[in-house]
Amino acid sequence: MCVALPGKVVKLEKDIALVDFNGNLVKARSGFVDVKPGDHVLVHAGCILQKVSESENDEMAEIMKELGAF
Amino acid sequence: MNLNDVKEFLARYDGPEMNIMEVCGSHTAAIAKYGIPGLLSPKIHLISGPGCPVCVTPSAYVDRLIDLALTPHMCVVTFGDLMRVPGSGKSLSIVKGEGARVEMVYSPADVFEMAEKEPETTFVFAAVGFETTAPVYALVLDQIVRNDIKNVKLLTALKTMPAVIDHLCANGAPIQGYIAPGHVSVVTGSNVFAPLAEKYSIPFGVSGFKGAEMLIAICGIVKAYGCGKVMNFYPSVVTAEGNTAAQQMVSRYFEPAEAAWRGMGMIPGSGLILREEFSEFDMGSRDLAEDVKINKGCCCDRVLMGKLRPYECPLFGRVCTPLNPQGACMVSTEGSCFSYFANKRRD
Ligand code: SF4
Repeated sequence: MCVALPGKVVKLEKDIALVDFNGNLVKARSGFVDVKPGDHVLVHAGCILQKVSESENDEMAEIMKELGAF
Repeated sequence: MNLNDVKEFLARYDGPEMNIMEVCGSHTAAIAKYGIPGLLSPKIHLISGPGCPVCVTPSAYVDRLIDLALTPHMCVVTFGDLMRVPGSGKSLSIVKGEGARVEMVYSPADVFEMAEKEPETTFVFAAVGFETTAPVYALVLDQIVRNDIKNVKLLTALKTMPAVIDHLCANGAPIQGYIAPGHVSVVTGSNVFAPLAEKYSIPFGVSGFKGAEMLIAICGIVKAYGCGKVMNFYPSVVTAEGNTAAQQMVSRYFEPAEAAWRGMGMIPGSGLILREEFSEFDMGSRDLAEDVKINKGCCCDRVLMGKLRPYECPLFGRVCTPLNPQGACMVSTEGSCFSYFANKRRD
């Protein structure tokens, strides 16, 4: 029930964002996060919970490095 | 390390035996989907925890929803998962079939649309969930209050994670590491688990929901055996502090409270209820603690605490199946018993 899905903001009108999930366009409230078109976001129950960081791959690479050293 | 090293490490691990609990029901479902148990050494065991909000909602709450749905000019609105959960007798889906008014929605916006179209009907939102969903209900409240909407109310059974994990640790759950819930952590931040990690000297790893993400998190947790630390393996969306705007919105409308967990009883500080000043929007959530087992043999309590595997319950697969669930863990697709049954898991 805590499932949240990543999508991309294509349009924003006040606090309602139109989010693209693999071609499906869905409206989501942006109440807690400042977003703009083009942002990747995580949506849960019709609500944007967070922006997805653009440096995801670098961050995972750093984690793997630390795991190796641990 | 690369992913292959992680897989090799996990397959060949020969250190102390480890039980790792995935608290979140979505992790339970993902673990089965990606066949993770089959990739782990026999010394690493994954145990499902109490993180399916539907499974831990007490029967009195479902009974109250049913009463409301049967009341003229009332409509119960839910995100769906709750439909088939048995109360002390029937479920919402059964009474809907008998004429009660129950509607499933995908987002809170749907509720306001319905409420506008039917001003003479009171729409009661079944607000069930963890920290991930609490901000969504806080936004609903915010809209109700700001726009002075009279016909949308909440019946809440909101739960929070740290207190229930504390309860498990304090009551002898045989767990040496936790896969911390990823989407709860998006809101709360990973730091919320730090006091527990330190108190019990147990590692917590926040994980995403893809197979590779979970393997990396499990690897980190195993390597941190005995260390009381929190590791964030889901940095694309989880930060140490979480979403503070969402946290503030939640605390504007809700306050921590003792909460009833199905099969586990009352756990102090493990829930959220509407603040006193907003009680006019509440349909009587405060006193819904009673819990009736529909089948005395159901072992959900011990399953939720990690003390029993679902298939060790004598009713599992015989009397209790997803088509004829005897306990809430067999109802939700994120319930431990459902997941073990649907995926024929025996690990
Ligand atoms: S198998 Fe059914 S009866 Fe047994 S613990 Fe799970 S839900 Fe309860």
